Amino acid sequence: MTDNSVSEPTVEDQKRRRFLTGITAGFGAVGGAIAVTPFALSMMPSERAKNAGAPVQYDYSKIQPGAMVKVEWRGKPVVLLNRTEEMMLGLEEIESNLADPTSLVSVQPPYAQNDARADVSKPEMLVMLGVCTHLGCSPVEKLAIGPDPEMGDDSQGGFFCPCHGSKFDLSGRVYLNVPATSNMEIPPYQYEGDIITIGKDTERVA
Amino acid sequence: MAIHRHDNHKSANAFMEWVDRRLPVTKVWNEHLAEYYAAKNFNFWYYFGSLSLLILVIQILTGIFLTMHYKPDAALAFASVEYIMRDVPYGWLVRYLHSTGASAFFVVVYLHMFRGLIYGSHREPRELVWLIGCVIFVALMAEAFMGYLLPWGNMSYWGAQVIISLFDVIPYFGPLLTEWIRGDFVISDATLNRFFAFHVIMLPLILVALVFLHLVALHQVGSNNPDGIDIFEHVDENGKPLDGVAFHPYYTVKDIVGVCGFLIIYLGVVFFAPEFGGIFLEKDNFAPANPLQTPPDIVPLWYFTPYYSILRANTFNFFWIDAKVWGVVFMALSLIVFFLLPWLDRSPVKSIRYRSQPFKIALVIFLAAFFLLGWLGMNPVTPTNTLLAQIGTVAYFGFFFLMPWFTSIGKTKPVPDRVTGDEH
Amino acid sequence: MKNTLNLFFALLLIAIVQSPANAAGGHGAVLDDVDLNMKDTASLQNGAKLFMNYCLSCHSAAYARYNRVAEDLDIPPALLKENLMFTTEKTGDLMQTTMSADDAKRWFGVTPPDLTLVARVRKPNWLYTYLRAFYLDESSPSGWNNSLFENVAMPHALYELQGVQRVVGKVDADNADVATDDSVKVVGDTIFELDHPGMMSPRQFDEAMKDLTAFLTYLAEPAQMQRKSIGVFTLAFLIILMGLSYLLKKEYWRDVH
Repeated sequence: MTDNSVSEPTVEDQKRRRFLTGITAGFGAVGGAIAVTPFALSMMPSERAKNAGAPVQYDYSKIQPGAMVKVEWRGKPVVLLNRTEEMMLGLEEIESNLADPTSLVSVQPPYAQNDARADVSKPEMLVMLGVCTHLGCSPVEKLAIGPDPEMGDDSQGGFFCPCHGSKFDLSGRVYLNVPATSNMEIPPYQYEGDIITIGKDTERVA
Repeated sequence: MAIHRHDNHKSANAFMEWVDRRLPVTKVWNEHLAEYYAAKNFNFWYYFGSLSLLILVIQILTGIFLTMHYKPDAALAFASVEYIMRDVPYGWLVRYLHSTGASAFFVVVYLHMFRGLIYGSHREPRELVWLIGCVIFVALMAEAFMGYLLPWGNMSYWGAQVIISLFDVIPYFGPLLTEWIRGDFVISDATLNRFFAFHVIMLPLILVALVFLHLVALHQVGSNNPDGIDIFEHVDENGKPLDGVAFHPYYTVKDIVGVCGFLIIYLGVVFFAPEFGGIFLEKDNFAPANPLQTPPDIVPLWYFTPYYSILRANTFNFFWIDAKVWGVVFMALSLIVFFLLPWLDRSPVKSIRYRSQPFKIALVIFLAAFFLLGWLGMNPVTPTNTLLAQIGTVAYFGFFFLMPWFTSIGKTKPVPDRVTGDEH
Repeated sequence: MKNTLNLFFALLLIAIVQSPANAAGGHGAVLDDVDLNMKDTASLQNGAKLFMNYCLSCHSAAYARYNRVAEDLDIPPALLKENLMFTTEKTGDLMQTTMSADDAKRWFGVTPPDLTLVARVRKPNWLYTYLRAFYLDESSPSGWNNSLFENVAMPHALYELQGVQRVVGKVDADNADVATDDSVKVVGDTIFELDHPGMMSPRQFDEAMKDLTAFLTYLAEPAQMQRKSIGVFTLAFLIILMGLSYLLKKEYWRDVH
């Protein structure tokens, strides 16, 4: 037995050690990278977040002409209004009272930038975020055509915001001289048979 | 020019030279790793120190990621844990790593403490290493206890209810103290919220600081070895111990093997048996906390069961003081005795290899008592179980309080001059 | 000394393995064993169908989402919407019940518990026994009782499938092996006689309840479908790493005499 219990490694030893250290460290580094992955992925949007932001689907064939339903999408009410022929005609008559009849400054997908503010394949169906562009209240629907204490004597039907009295027509276009200055927002949507998908228009043809 | 202290430690290159003048990197590396000499005959039992450190890191990391999704609110906590288990990508893995990590921590720390006990690591000159270690153990128990309330399961709720009620027995201040701890008249949202604060901030900071002190104290006196002898009695011309090897690389490469072995067992549990038969995750804790319905058996997690048994064991009113009070006193004492160990042990030798027969017999009896108490703590109280718990409690305390006697009788074996038994 | 310690640890291991804490609990209740195959997708799908049709009208599974169930059990989205979703339109929604908690409390005296985690609280054998142990009991408010869960508030939601059974007696020393046939059946420790049959034969019903138990077991921990396969990969990797690090350790320790 030598006096000291640790001997110096030879050059051969050192070479072999460097090789073994390299391969073990390399393998360990791969393991470390794999181990980090689940932690990094755990910070991605969860199923709850994905669901909250997911498009919603609705069977719109159940909505009779003149009837309206509200569907929730991303925590906001989406108005689905099946407008009658009479309602559609009223849209033209009211244009002189509107601030932005051609929807130049409002938010809507390109396919909804028209008088009906709706997809041309189904112009009578209004799909709109029921959120007032003034301060975010939810306007009340006034679907009846004719004089209305809030909408005025020549009302062609529309939406009235109870918070500060903003008025919109049945396309969500804002009236002149009300607190809101912009038309209500149209979300992206697409039709597929009887089903409307709100929040998604990627598979839309043209 | 003044002599720089780093001059004793040659910097590897010009860059390190620059750094070392400002921050003692090379010096610390050398003193605590590359030139820290430990006996060459460390065996299996010596893995558990570095493994404890590894689990501390795992618990802190997984804890940080759980905190990103967990809600410390009595109305939301339970659902947020299930949210982690289902909706968060790989949340289940992070959660199982943390819940299994808690049990793994205690397994490893108990083995680490047992190593200290059998090789005399608590003896002169390492008393402070042992004492700081005992404080770490108590802080770890507090950390685990508070963490266990957070899932807000029914067992979380009632376990906390029972343990916090223990403070009621303190004369005069007891009821006030329990209300102060809970922040309410029952375990409630306030309790959950403060336990969260203690669990994720206060106790981790304390644990990290204590672990640092534990290592500083250890490196001040040097590591013990399975022979319990001082390797610095025999040094070469440079002052290096003849039976010592540098911690790095010799023990770092060895500990990597230990880490792999540990990870295989630990991740084996995480992936294949995270509930561990209801011992690591109790089945009643998968039901949300219900203040109106106590689970049929309130069982603390396995690592608390020996002390829980000692708490329940006493059924006598000594000196007109209530049995319940004595139970709490005995439970507190069962932890305090660990702190007294360096001064209770009077044996002329440190290591079990050279100890007298009476010590070995006492150690086996103590181990049997410890496991018996642990097992009883997981099972319902019956007259037989209470009697067994009483016998176990007497044996447990007998080991400590009779130690000055049984360590000074019997014949010890002669201690060798140099370390023996290279197990590598 | 070393041998004494080894013997001690060996005995300890035996004690742990045989400890009652490890036996599936239930306070002495007699349970029927159910052998679940969590890889049998058809069985899990059938269990899901039973669950959505019969359980979800009163019980919620409010920590689980429809789309996750569909994904894990290979149920096509269209099938999910048509046959399994009755309470909501959005496939990513949580599985809530249609019944309000207040109504439930009024009708049954208790709010039906959420079932997401029931298999982790009760364990599969208990569920399998419980689901098959309902019997007619005119003295109880709902008209039903359960031999495993005395005076349970829940009526027999599956009687149209199982039919109506009555208690004949308990299994004891005198009638340890009861002859079971299409009308006489033993569930747990109780002997039942079928009063009038349901849509399923007793054997079909047992099979259906096995599927339902399997689904509930899945529902309690969806991660179980992935964790074992990730585990195998992880352990294989670690064993190789351990081999490499052992070689490295041996190499360095050749210096030490």
